[in-house]
Amino acid sequence: MSQSLIIVGAGLAGWTTAREFRKLDTTTPVFLVTADSGDFYAKPSLSNAFAQGRLPAQLVSTPAAKMAETLNVTLLAHTRVEAIDTAARTLNVRSAAGLQSLAYRDLVLATGAQAIRVPVQGDAADAVMSINSLDDFAVFHARLQAGAQTPGRPQRQVLIMGAGLIGCEFANDLAQAGVRVRVVDPGLRPLAALLPPEASAALQKALEALGVQFDFDCTVRAVDHAAGRLQVTLATGETVPADAVLSAVGLRADTALAQAAGLLVDRAIVVNTYLQTSAAHIYALGDCAQYASAPSLLSMHGSTLPYVMPIMSAARALAATLAGSPTALVFSLMPVSVKTPALPLVVAAAQAGLAGCWAGAGEGIWHWLDDAGLPRGFVLAGAQTSQRMAQAKLLAP
Amino acid sequence: MKTYICIVCGFVYDEAAGRPEDGIAAGTLWADVPASWACPDCGVAKSDFEVVEV
Repeated sequence: MSQSLIIVGAGLAGWTTAREFRKLDTTTPVFLVTADSGDFYAKPSLSNAFAQGRLPAQLVSTPAAKMAETLNVTLLAHTRVEAIDTAARTLNVRSAAGLQSLAYRDLVLATGAQAIRVPVQGDAADAVMSINSLDDFAVFHARLQAGAQTPGRPQRQVLIMGAGLIGCEFANDLAQAGVRVRVVDPGLRPLAALLPPEASAALQKALEALGVQFDFDCTVRAVDHAAGRLQVTLATGETVPADAVLSAVGLRADTALAQAAGLLVDRAIVVNTYLQTSAAHIYALGDCAQYASAPSLLSMHGSTLPYVMPIMSAARALAATLAGSPTALVFSLMPVSVKTPALPLVVAAAQAGLAGCWAGAGEGIWHWLDDAGLPRGFVLAGAQTSQRMAQAKLLAP
Repeated sequence: MKTYICIVCGFVYDEAAGRPEDGIAAGTLWADVPASWACPDCGVAKSDFEVVEV
């Protein structure tokens, strides 16, 4: 029987699990399998790199080889997992070197999420980009730089599909870097899923002051090539030139591998409070996981929490479990910072599906009140973001 | 005064600005930030907070 721990995925969830595990266990062989290079980077920095003038290569905080050496991990980069045999406890992986089989004692799935794509017409529909990794960001960056180096070229212009968290963060970052930004969204306001209408309005105003133009209640009909640039046709019939079109309509957990292996999958890979999937010795965390530790009124299997802080908590609990001390994951309140410097926001969401309503609680503060009138979540805007700790104490347990 | 970035989440600590909301006064050097302080965005403890100067 193999004694190895195998981690699939080299994002924050995969590497943090390896790092936390090594703090507790220095001898168990650890393998990390990843389809990309395995370089470690802070994914949240992808949406604030432009204004800081940071280049894609500068975003790598630690090269893969250095990570592997420091953590004493055998890295299988540019390698895809093709199948998991849950009974034999093996997985088949394929790289340029061919196919091989690896045996595991415990397996951790940290496969992340894939960008959701909405169908678009036109001869440049495949030029629509999503930025879900450093590689994606490098492609986007190169395209905008190419636009900048052409003499006589008008101001660089980017059209963003989606006015959610990622769409708004990129809009802020690009506008601050001097790019003309247009945001198209079928909804009626930015961050509609997270904010009360007044906070959305304040964010919209702040981004518009930076030059961002919003088109709500609108969609992209087609993207075509036109004179070396892209031409976007909106549902209204209006055409907009663009150097790049970014799709930021959301993420969907990458569950293909888990599903093929027969693991229980709902919106993501279902895990119990010990982060174990429906199969023994297989665990999951990060954007691919649906946590029993994050109860939801919408699903008996809990929620996904595609943010940094939940990944850190999950990795710590899982590392302890894998090192021999079964540790149930308990999430504390995890307010999310929205990186829109034009109007900084902190959002602490109430439990998914909880009935209630937003109520203003002072300038730049809103509370989500449940049916009994108790605060269950909050939104802080501007200078009030400094009140996150004080506000967290006000929430009903 | 220097600026540090949390390599896990990209949170920026600016010594000049400090972190008054966490009781860390403006002008507090990274070395003087209490060991109990954790990154407000990702929860990484200061001892695990691998920083790069920018």
